[in-house]
Amino acid sequence: MPPSALDFLEIDALLDDEERMIRDTVRAFVRGRVLPNIAQWFEDHTFPRELSRELGKLGVLGMHLHGYGCPGASSVSYGLACLELEAGDSGIRSFASVQGSLAMFAISNWGSEDQKNAWLPRMVTGESVGCFGLTEPDFGSDPSGIRTAARRDGTDWVIDGTKAWITNGGIADIAIVWAQTDEGIRGFLVPAKTKGFSTHAIERKLSLRASVTSDLIFESCRVPGDAVFPEVLGLRGPLACLNEARYGVLWGAMGAARSCYESALEYAKARKQFGRPIAGFQLTQQKLVKMLLELNKGVLLALHIGRMKDAGRAHASQISFGKLNNVREALAIAREARSVLGANGVTLEYPVIRHMNNLESVFTYEGTNEIHTLILGEAITGSNAFT
Amino acid sequence: MKIVVTVKLVPDPNAVRRIDPATKRLVRAGVETALNPFDEYAIEAALQLKERLGAETTVTIFTMAPESMKESLRKALAMGADDAVMLSDPALEGSDVSVTSYAMAQALKKTGFDLILSGALSDDGNTGGVPGALAEYLGVPGLTNVRKIEEIGDGRIKAQRETDSGYQVVSGPLPALVTVTMAVGEPRYASLKGIMGAKKKTISTLSAADCGIDRLVGSDGAKMEVVSIAAPKAREKARVVEAEDGAAGAQAILDFLRERKLV
Repeated sequence: MPPSALDFLEIDALLDDEERMIRDTVRAFVRGRVLPNIAQWFEDHTFPRELSRELGKLGVLGMHLHGYGCPGASSVSYGLACLELEAGDSGIRSFASVQGSLAMFAISNWGSEDQKNAWLPRMVTGESVGCFGLTEPDFGSDPSGIRTAARRDGTDWVIDGTKAWITNGGIADIAIVWAQTDEGIRGFLVPAKTKGFSTHAIERKLSLRASVTSDLIFESCRVPGDAVFPEVLGLRGPLACLNEARYGVLWGAMGAARSCYESALEYAKARKQFGRPIAGFQLTQQKLVKMLLELNKGVLLALHIGRMKDAGRAHASQISFGKLNNVREALAIAREARSVLGANGVTLEYPVIRHMNNLESVFTYEGTNEIHTLILGEAITGSNAFT
Repeated sequence: MKIVVTVKLVPDPNAVRRIDPATKRLVRAGVETALNPFDEYAIEAALQLKERLGAETTVTIFTMAPESMKESLRKALAMGADDAVMLSDPALEGSDVSVTSYAMAQALKKTGFDLILSGALSDDGNTGGVPGALAEYLGVPGLTNVRKIEEIGDGRIKAQRETDSGYQVVSGPLPALVTVTMAVGEPRYASLKGIMGAKKKTISTLSAADCGIDRLVGSDGAKMEVVSIAAPKAREKARVVEAEDGAAGAQAILDFLRERKLV
C-alpha cells in the first residue's frame, strides 16, 4: 500500500499517545468551532471575544507554562496545538500565541509573585486577554531604539509613547509594555482601564482579518511602582518572549500549509478539465509534489526543534532556522495551492487565499525573513551584519 | 453514586471500512481504534450528572475489548471520567449480542453500579441490542433512548424518553440502565489538563474467570451466525426537474409526491 497522502512520512508514528490526543482534541475543536465560521469572521474583520474563554477551556492558552493554573505541557504538544489552530486560521493561532507565548510567558518568566498571581490564573482560562507592546511605528526590526519611555514620579511610573501592530491590543485587559527608562528597557503591566492608555484599531488590513491589531497610545499614563517587572533589564526581556512565540509560529505555519495542500489535493482530484481530473496532469502533479515535499520537511523540522526544546537544547538561532524556513515555505505552498484552485482559489469558499493572505503577515511578524537570515548568518560566521 | 458508562471501541469511524468475506467481520487490522461516537454522548451525560451531583459521584468507563486496545480508553478518561475497567479475555472473541451482554453483566455485577449509561448503538455492528439484553441479564430496569435525565436520587430515576412523536416521561428504581440519544448534549472536548491527567488514571482489567463467567462464550457460545453479507443497493440517480418558475417547480414536486402516494 502506498503511504498516505496526508501523512506521507508517517510523522504520526513519531508522536506519543498523549501528543496525538492533544493534537486530535485541538483539531476537533478547530473543525467544530473555527472552520464553520472562519470565512465569515475573516470577511467581517472580527475576532469573536468569546473564543478566548473557549480556547481557555480547551487548555491551549499558556499551555506550555507551569504553575498558576497552567497545564505545563511539553513544547512538542504546544507546537502541535499551534499547528492545528493555524490549520484553522493564522489569526486564531496568533491570538493564542500572543496570549500564551508573549503576554503570559512574559509574566511567568519576568513577573513578581504578585503579578503572576494577579494575572496568570485569569489568562489561562481566557477570562483576561493580554497583549504585548514592543514594536513602534518607527521601530520594528530594530527594537533597541524604541521611544516609548517610562519615568519615575514618586513611587509611580509615568509612560508616554505609541506602540504599533499590536495583536489583541483593542481587546486586551492587560498590556505588557516595553519602555525606555533611565536604567534601560523595562517591562510594565498596564491594565486596559488605566487612565492615559488608549488603543486604536488598525482597519482595512487584508491579512489576519480574524484577529485584532491595534496601536497602543500612552499619554502621561500613570501606573504604580509595582507595575514594573522587578528584575529584567534591557532587550533580553522582550527577546526571550519573542523566541517563545517564534517557536509557536514555526509549527503554526505548517498548519496553514497543510490546509492549503489538502485543499489543493482534494480540488485537483475532483476538478475536471479536458475530460479528466486535473490531478492527472503532469504540471498539477508537480505542484502537488512540491507542496508535499516542503510540508513534510517543515513538519519534521518543527518536530525536531520541538524535541530539542523539550530537552533544553534549542538555541534561539535554531528557532530562527525553523521560523525562516517554515513560514517561507508555507507561503510558497499557499501560493502554489492558490494556482491549483484556479479562480476558485481567490474566494473565501476555500481556505487557500485566506491562509495565503494571513501568511504574508506571519512572514513579517516575529522577525522578518531578513532578520532571521542575519541571525543565522551571524550564528555560522560569527560576524554581526545587522548594522 | 457510582455511574458506569459502557463503551465500545470501534474502528475509526472516519476510516474506510472493509468486511472480510471469509470471516464476515469488519476488518480491524490496520485501522485506528476509537470510542464509539454514540457512547461519547453517554460519557457526556455521565459527566453532566457528576457535575450536578457533586464529588461523591464517580464515573467509571467499562468496556469489553482486547487488552491491546487499552490506550484507546484514555480519551474517555481525558474527558473527565475517573477510572476505567476492561473485561479482556481471548475466550470472548467473536461473542454475539447475547454472549456479550451476558459477559458484560457478569463483570458489572463484580464492579458494582448505581446507574449504567450506554450509547444507543454502536457505529460498527449497529445492532443496538446490547443495552437491552444487558439490563435483562442484570435484572435492572432499562430506560432506552433517553434525551434528558430529569431527576435522580433517593433510589429513583426519572427521564424523558424520545419517541417518534415526542417524548415520554418514564421513571424507575435504581440501579438502572439508561441509553441516551444525541439530544443529551454534544460530547465535550477533552481539555489539555484532562489529557495530561488521564495517564495517571487507573485502567484495570478483569478476565472471564475473574467475573465468574462459566458459560460458553466467544464465537463458540454465540447464538447468532452471520449467514451472508451483501452491499446495499446503489441509490438511484437523482431526478433533476427544471421549472419555469416557483409555481411550476412546486407543482412538479407535488406531482412527484402524489405519484408516490406520499401526500
